[in-house]
Amino acid sequence: MAYSDKVIDHYENPRNVGSFEKGDESVGTGMVGAPACGDVMKLQIKVGRDGTIEDARFKTYGCGSAIASSSLITEWVKGKTLDEAMGIKNTEIAAELALPPVKIHCSILAEDAIKAAVADYKQKHAAAAPEKQAANG
Amino acid sequence: MNYPIYLDYSATTPVDPRVAAKMIPYLTEHFGNPASRSHAYGWKTEEAVEEARGHVAALLGADPREIVWTSGATEGNNLAIKGAAQFYKTKGRHLITQKTEHKATLDTMRELERQGFECTYLDVEENGLVDLEKFKAAIRPDTILASIMMVNNEIGVIQPIAEIGEICRAKGIILHCDAVQAVGKVGIDLSTLKVDLMTMTAHKMYGPKGIGALYVRRKPRVRIEAQIHGGGHERGFRSGTLATHQIVGMGEAARIAKAEMAADNERIRMLRDRLWRELSGMEAVVLNGDLEQRIAGNLNVSFNYVEGESLIMAIKDIAVSSGSACTSASLEPSYVLRALGRSDELAHSSIRMTLGKFTTVEEVDFAANLLRTKVAKLRELSPLWDMYKDGVDLSTVQWAAH
Repeated sequence: MAYSDKVIDHYENPRNVGSFEKGDESVGTGMVGAPACGDVMKLQIKVGRDGTIEDARFKTYGCGSAIASSSLITEWVKGKTLDEAMGIKNTEIAAELALPPVKIHCSILAEDAIKAAVADYKQKHAAAAPEKQAANG
Repeated sequence: MNYPIYLDYSATTPVDPRVAAKMIPYLTEHFGNPASRSHAYGWKTEEAVEEARGHVAALLGADPREIVWTSGATEGNNLAIKGAAQFYKTKGRHLITQKTEHKATLDTMRELERQGFECTYLDVEENGLVDLEKFKAAIRPDTILASIMMVNNEIGVIQPIAEIGEICRAKGIILHCDAVQAVGKVGIDLSTLKVDLMTMTAHKMYGPKGIGALYVRRKPRVRIEAQIHGGGHERGFRSGTLATHQIVGMGEAARIAKAEMAADNERIRMLRDRLWRELSGMEAVVLNGDLEQRIAGNLNVSFNYVEGESLIMAIKDIAVSSGSACTSASLEPSYVLRALGRSDELAHSSIRMTLGKFTTVEEVDFAANLLRTKVAKLRELSPLWDMYKDGVDLSTVQWAAH
């Protein structure tokens, strides 16, 4: 399969590989995909007090396009608010990496990973928020 | 060393330079049609064709009159299976094969099913071998033909053909054996082995592509219906002008194999064992197929928690085959590995390395090193590897399938 130079660059020099502490309140973790389908992506975001994403990490089991897609989104989400990150579309990822049609599902999975990570962060804080209100009230 | 290092000898082999040298005069100088009976050009090439036939027969312990030239293994399997099924169809319509056969056999069986035959596709055991009791149990009164390969192309296991031959002969069932991956690699003596039809091809044994042979037993006589009709070449079994230079190449390859096979095998086995020693020292590595009942040059290994396509991408300095056909949106794990009971993930993360007579120690050491380094790198990237190291049983995880 002929990959674009950008896919090969991300595959050979993946950005932001690693993990954050899952229990950390400032961390949102998204894990999407399934081994039987050939791709599993884990994306973690670290969210600052101002609600912007300060840092991101990924680990991916998958083909070169899946690794490149997840590496790319760790760069893209940094500095974005949660809402801005939620606005990243798979088509943008696919276009940036020039993914061939059979690899579009990798970009869809990357978009899902962002959504899952944000949802996990929000869930942690939705549970925490009412307590704060109670304390204030 | 030449990169990528060639470790795909089961896909095809380079032509032995001695074979190529022997072929060339039959392209330019001795170009006559072997069927031309009226002049010396034809006599010369007919003589060459018969000499080659003699070499192939000698390698197999067969009579030269039992060797029919074909274009290769796919044609050989088609001719043997369709030819025998169609000839013997008045005796019965049941056929037996196994799930790990090459597509040239499986797809031929499917076509015969469309023509009204019934086929049993036997499961294999976890080591890739057919169970003789299950084989016996599949036999019906109307079984006319069984087709069992001698050596599997993906995992290199050697099937108990001698025992299967005894069973078939006792029951009056024709036995076809796809021996494409066996000829020139394992000793075959058709004077004792009870195989009735045997397919082989030149390009897996250091001969040229585009030429093969089908063995058709004379004692007891086995009949097949021709699939290609025309001038009645090859005693009517396979019409078409003989490709003299290709035939000369296959003959020379067979002659060399007979003389050198034992010594080559010993060296190749030493290299394969050296490679396996290195790889088996890694964590979460699985050998696919029986290690003992296996040809010398084959190693088929799954590297768990690493995805197959990214692995192939990482090891582009070695030329190997993947157990995963990930060129389409739907991943298709190897049906052979699935038949061994391997999970999709393990099948996807498998690679087949096949060594040959030109493989060197340096090449094997380079491959082992490359695999160790790259698998470690990909596992660093793999969330599944993390989970495995944390003691999570991946089969219990609820995955969001997509």
